[in-house]
Parts: sequence; C-alpha cells; structure tokens
Amino acid sequence: MSLLEVRNLHVRFDTADGEVHAVRNLSFELDRGETLGVVGESGSGKSQTVLSLIGLLADNGRASGSAMFDGQDLFNLSPGALRSIRGRRISMIFQDPMTSLNPYLTVAEQMVQVVREHDRMTRRAARDRCLEMLEAVKIPDAAERLDCYPHELSGGMRQRVMIAASLLLDPQILVADEPTTALDVTVQAQILELMKDLNRRLGTAIILITHDLGVIAGLCERVIVMHDGELKEQGNVRDVFYRPRHSYTKALLKAVPRLDAEQVERLAPAADSSLLSVDGLKVHFPVRTGGWLGEKRPLRAVDGVNLDLRSGETLGIVGESGCGKSTLARAILRLVPTTAGNVCLLGQSMGDLDKRALREMRRDAQVIFQDPLASLNPRMTVGNIVSEPLRTHFPELGADEVRTRVADVLRRVGLSGRELNRYPHEFSGGQCQRIGIARALVLKPKVIICDEPVSALDVSIQAQIVNLLMDLQAEFGLALIFIAHDLAVVRHISHRIMVMYLGRIMEVASRKALYETPHHPYTRALISAVPIPDPDKERDRDRELLPGDLPSPVDPPSGCRFRTRCRFAQDRCRTEAPQLRQLTDSLVACHRAGEAVLV
Amino acid sequence: MLRYATRRFLGALPTLFILIALAFFLIRVAPGGPFDSEKALLPEVEANLRAAYNLDEPLHQQFARYVWGLAQADFGPSFQYRDYTVTELIMTGFPVSLRLGGMAITLALLVGVTAGSLAALRQNTRTDYAVMSASMTGISIPNFVMAPLLILIFAVYLGWLPAGGLGDGSPRNMVLPVIALALPQIAYISRLTRGSMIEVLRSNFIRTARAQGLPMHKIVLRHALKPALLPVVSYLGPATAAVITGSVVIEQIFGVPGLGRFFVQGALNRDYTLVMGVVVFYGVLIIAFNLLVDLAYAWLDPKVKYS
Repeated sequence: MSLLEVRNLHVRFDTADGEVHAVRNLSFELDRGETLGVVGESGSGKSQTVLSLIGLLADNGRASGSAMFDGQDLFNLSPGALRSIRGRRISMIFQDPMTSLNPYLTVAEQMVQVVREHDRMTRRAARDRCLEMLEAVKIPDAAERLDCYPHELSGGMRQRVMIAASLLLDPQILVADEPTTALDVTVQAQILELMKDLNRRLGTAIILITHDLGVIAGLCERVIVMHDGELKEQGNVRDVFYRPRHSYTKALLKAVPRLDAEQVERLAPAADSSLLSVDGLKVHFPVRTGGWLGEKRPLRAVDGVNLDLRSGETLGIVGESGCGKSTLARAILRLVPTTAGNVCLLGQSMGDLDKRALREMRRDAQVIFQDPLASLNPRMTVGNIVSEPLRTHFPELGADEVRTRVADVLRRVGLSGRELNRYPHEFSGGQCQRIGIARALVLKPKVIICDEPVSALDVSIQAQIVNLLMDLQAEFGLALIFIAHDLAVVRHISHRIMVMYLGRIMEVASRKALYETPHHPYTRALISAVPIPDPDKERDRDRELLPGDLPSPVDPPSGCRFRTRCRFAQDRCRTEAPQLRQLTDSLVACHRAGEAVLV
Repeated sequence: MLRYATRRFLGALPTLFILIALAFFLIRVAPGGPFDSEKALLPEVEANLRAAYNLDEPLHQQFARYVWGLAQADFGPSFQYRDYTVTELIMTGFPVSLRLGGMAITLALLVGVTAGSLAALRQNTRTDYAVMSASMTGISIPNFVMAPLLILIFAVYLGWLPAGGLGDGSPRNMVLPVIALALPQIAYISRLTRGSMIEVLRSNFIRTARAQGLPMHKIVLRHALKPALLPVVSYLGPATAAVITGSVVIEQIFGVPGLGRFFVQGALNRDYTLVMGVVVFYGVLIIAFNLLVDLAYAWLDPKVKYS
C-alpha cells in the first residue's frame, strides 16, 4: 500500500471574482522512500496541492477529495491530529530560505521548539538533536551556527538549516516547494546533492515541487506534470522525459533551454568597429562594517573590467549573485557612479559628458530590467510608459506621431498596439516584459542592456522573450548585453560570453569555446552545476561541486579571487592575481588554465 | 553599547539647548511677571525683589547665568514657593507623576497589545470590529472630556471610586487618573499592534512554523509577538511624551499633586524658574526614554547592532 494516496483532490478559493479552482480532480500516490517530482509553471496548482494536504491553505481555500496517509484521511482529521502529523511525519521546506526562517530567533531557538513540540525531551537533549541534524546536512562549524540568526548565514546555509529543521523528527515525507529556486546554481547543486543523499540514507520520501525540469531529471523517480490545476501526465521519470504523451509535456520539454542542446552557431557580425568599449571599470561602494558607526570600507562590486561590444552582437554575462554583473550594467549606463575606468559609446567617452550630453547618449543605450512588473510605474498607462522616452528625447513630435510610433513598437514586440490606456497590473509577467522591451526599443537604440530579463518568467514565456530579443536584434542590428545567472539561456542567445566572479572577469570566450572547452575551473564548475533536463545524462554526469559560499566582496581573497573555492589553487594563486591571457580561443584569468591536471 | 549611549546623549545636547533657549525666552515674552499680584507692590520693593532674583540684569546675562546653573544641576529657586528650590519641588512632584505615568504606560501596553493581537487573530470578525471601534472612540475623545465623564460615572453615579485627590494614598485613588491617562494610548497601541500583527502573521516564517506543527498560541507568542512589537516599541517614545502632556491635564482634573500641577501653577504665576525646571527635566526625560527605546529595538531585532 502506498504511503500517501490522494484521490480526486479539488482545491477551490472563494475570491471577490467568484470561485477559483486551483486544483481539479487530481489523484496520485507516493510510496515509502520514493522521490516524486511535481512540475508545472506558476499558477499550475502545484504548491496549493501540497499545502492543502497538510491543512495550510489560505483562509478562503477549501479542499475536497481524500488523502489517505498511513491509513487516515488527512482531510478528516481534527486540527490537533493534523498538527501532530505536520512537522513530525510530513514536513515541508519552502522556496525562500531567508523569509521562511524567523529572522528574530536564533537557529537553535527555532529548531529546539519543533523537537519539543512533538517529543518530550529536555532542552539540552533537543539541542543535541538539532546539532546532530545540522551536522547531517553538512553545515560547517555546526555548533557555532546554532546560536546564529538567519541573517548571519548565507542563502545556501539557510536552506540547509531549513532542511535540518524539517528532518529533526525523522518524517516519512519531506515536501520541498521550489527549494533551490532562490539559490545560485552552484549552491543549488550542493542542496540537490544533499537531498539525494538524505533520501538514500534516511529513506525519507520526497515530494519535490519545481518549475525546473533539470532538477527533476536529476533527483526524482516519478513525475507529475501539472498545468492549470490539472494533472496532464504522470509516470516514471524516464518515460515522461523520453516518451512524453501529453502535448503540454512535449511543449514544456521543448521550451526549456538546455546546455546539451545542439549548438546552432550564432556567427558574430563582421567586426566593423567597436560600438561600446569598457576599460578598467571599477565600482566600489563604501559600506560600514561592524555596525552603525563602524569603519567605512569599499565593497568592490566591479573591480577592473574590460569589454568590447560590436554592433549586432550579443555579449552574455554570467556569474552567481554578488559577482557584480548587475552593477556592471548600471555602471556602463552611468546609473551608478564609477570609481575608476572609462566607458566609450560610439567613440565618445562617457566620463567627459555633462548632464545634457549624457541624456543624449542614453538615447542610444537602453536597458531592460529583471522584474517586469516592478520596473513599470503602476500609476502610468502603458501608452505613457512607452511614450515617455520619446517625449523626453523628441519633444518636437506631435501627439499623433507619438501615438503611432508607440502603437507600432507595441505591435513589434508582439502586443496588439491597443493597450495604450491600460495599466501594468492588467498584464501578465511576459506581457509586462514585452512592454519593458517596447519602452527600450522605441528610441531605436544601438545597445540594449538586458539585466536578467527572463529570470522572473515561466519557462515557456522565457523562450518567447529570448526569441523576441533575437528577432529584434536581427531586424535592427541591435547590440545586446545579456546578463543572466541561467547558463542555458545565455548560451541560447549569446555570441560571446563573459564569466564574472567577485567583480572580476574569469573567462571570456565565444559561446562555442566556452561551453565546449571551458578553461577556467570556475567556468567548468558553473557549467557542471546546471541541471540538464535529461534523466540519464543528468545522473551520469561527473559533477564538480564547488565547496562553500561566495566570499565577501568587502574582503575578497588575495591574489586570485576564486582560489578559496578552487581545488587546483597553489601558492602562486594566493600571492598573484592572474591577468586575462589568450588560451586557444578564450581569454582566461587563471594561472593554471591549460595545464593537463585540469582536464 | 555604552559608547553608543554616551554618544547619543552628547548628540542630544544641542536639542536640549534649543529647548532651554526657547522656553527661557518664550516665558519672558509672555505678558506679566512673577511678582504681579492683586495688590501692586511698592516700586522699591519690586526693584529689590527683581535684583534679588537677578531679574534686573540684561536678558542674555540672565540666560547665561541660568545655563551655567543648569550645568551644575542647579535649577534655581522658585519665585512663587519662596522657601523651596525648583529641585525640591520637582522631587516632591515627580514620584507621584512617575507612578501615574508608569502605571498608565504599563496598562496601555498590556491592554493595547492584547486587544490588538486578538483583533489581528480574529481579523474581520465581531471581536476585531469591537476592538477597532472602541479604539477609534478612544482616539477621538480628548482626555479633558474623558476624565470628567469617568468621574461622573464611577465616582458620582456609581460611587465606586474617589473623584479626586490622593486621599489616604490607597491605590483606589489612582485608578481613575491612570485609566483616563492610558485610554488614548491603549487605543493607539491596539491599532498599531493589530496592523503589524496581521502583517507578521502573513509572513513566510509563520507558514513555516505552522508547517512544523506548532499550535497557534505558541506561534503567536514565540514567533509573531517579537516582530509585531517593533512598531509599538518605536511608538513608546512619542507615547511617553503624550503621557507627560496628558498628565498635566489629568493631574489638574483629578487634583493629583504631581509635577503637572506644578507646571500649570508655575505657568499661571509666571514662576519662571519652576516652569523652566519642569521643561528641562521633562526634556531630558524624553530624550533618555527615546534612547532606551532605541536600545530596546536592538534587543528585539537581531539585525540592529549599535556600537
């Protein structure tokens, strides 16, 4: 008999607009020790499904159907009985480990109370149990971490604490709702490895909810595919990935950008002249260390970056959060003050420009931001948002002319052109990003800097936006700087790719060279950390797991920035910072790149 | 921590100086003087009096003399209560006011936080509406209206409690003034707590605590109360100031011999040094209390660190 058997699950919400069906007629099973993946895009009902099982739906939600867990129907239990199952026999971890841990309590305080709620135990014994669990999830210096507050831990460490807290009472089911979505790819690899290991060692069944097919391919035995509150397909992971039956699954698998996809070489345009060049750019922010009136020290967000961009070319910039890629984008546009170095656009040095000339220059360099809804003013209509740049830079244009141009550009980005009088909140995330692109495009710029333009969007929408950007590039000869943490997306769109780590460039290469023969140990670790949505390949891969976390950019390691996490580091790496040097088709900043040991 | 406290206090000195200067010159601008009375004094007598209290000196010299005295913790002699120094008067009045104000703030916190949390937990139910409309009433009725009403109901009609004065010093005498002083604060604090508690209960870490199987009362007490109290704590600064100004009126109405009464009497009699003394004393008190509030903040919120 299965451990959990869900039959005809319906989840409804009473809203001001009437009843909303979040989950419809869903049935599935989970065996002891099994790993089940639930995949779907936002709004597919995957989170509501598990929340309804443990009675954590929002107040206006109702669940019906049956959910037999070990002989009892979860929907027929008293609140008290359900509570004794929650946390003890079915436990859950959530997406964002910062907000999911209580910032006002130490790690020990929040873990001990879970143990003592369910088990009669002295405080001392409960604390020991917590320490044991922190060690089991491989937190370094676990004893000291017990008395830390969440904000004193890194993102990966917080998620480890969440996992440790959820496993304290040896539950039969661990529900993980997007456990790695908020984490960097190298940390994601660490956490997934840990979950795999715990499943093997403790025999805990895992329900993994995610939008990332690659994560499922690596971890799960069975998969449920959900769309619009309904189950579209379920089965063994290999059947679903290799022989998908439902058209939605097929579409989903096709939409995912994959690292192992065949490369259609994107030939860079003939190098006429450099459109944008950046030389020795540094951006340091003064930050206070050690409290309120502590010493001010520079946070080296960008610390000496050179780059060249030709017209019609796409330069991808990748790196983990905190590597300085967004700051670099802002510094190029002079949205943040630079500490040193120079940016040249169309042969004109931006350092010398006064306010007026800078505004002129910005006509040629536009930007698209990450969060599509938040970067549009909610009090302005779409027409006003898109026409604002036009009215600023071409005040002589008549109202009719402005309206025509705005409608044109809206049509060009795949909208109807009739949205002028509507507000941003009326649109979906993908549509909002199209509006953002229209706003950037309306001035016919030479360069568009895209700062994580698709990371807040669902997979199928991501593909549409990326393809739109590529079409626009071909049509207008745009040069793009495409910043992302998702290596598969960057690979899809870029001609050349630059890898950053702690404010410095680690490697620059054409996309073919970078993905086929990465030279820098960091590049290799990054690429190997990206999950591939292919169960066999994903499980056979040799992973280079990066240990630990990103060092603080206030206090970066001496010599090579990467050396503290590099398994090839030598004495020389500590004393001498490597310069970028040519190695076959790539520029690499590593003393040891090219040596045989690395291959 | 100590360094931080010292620095904050030194930082408050300019504020204090401005306060002293304003009070000093404003009260002297007010018409009349300390020696006006029904029966006009002989000019020679008044001149002698003024000379005795240094009121014949130019203003700036008087000011310098006063500030110099303050620096040595000397508030000067009272003009009206001729046998007492201002320090002695403050010391007789303050303990009474402290008891009144302290009890009012404590009561306001206890009732306000409880009622607000309850309203948040039962959001949009009758309990919630009852608490919120009661607190709206509390905010809109000024204390000089509320106090006589309380006296009328509980002292005059029902005869449960004394109408005023300290009587034999039994706690019964304090009940009505404390309630009258606390009511508007209860109202503010319960509204504040309700809002922040609702916010906190929606946060992800509360969902985590529920998923861990903790019962609701423990979730509220252990997880939600501390963050929900942060806005209340920062309101305590203004709340003390409000209680102090409130006590001036309340002490007058209930005939409580506290500092507030000295203040009112002093202002009416143009007792320059007494008014100044109370102003400076309360000024220091409010600055010190705000510092305490900030330190309490650091204790509640681990992300705030002072050094």
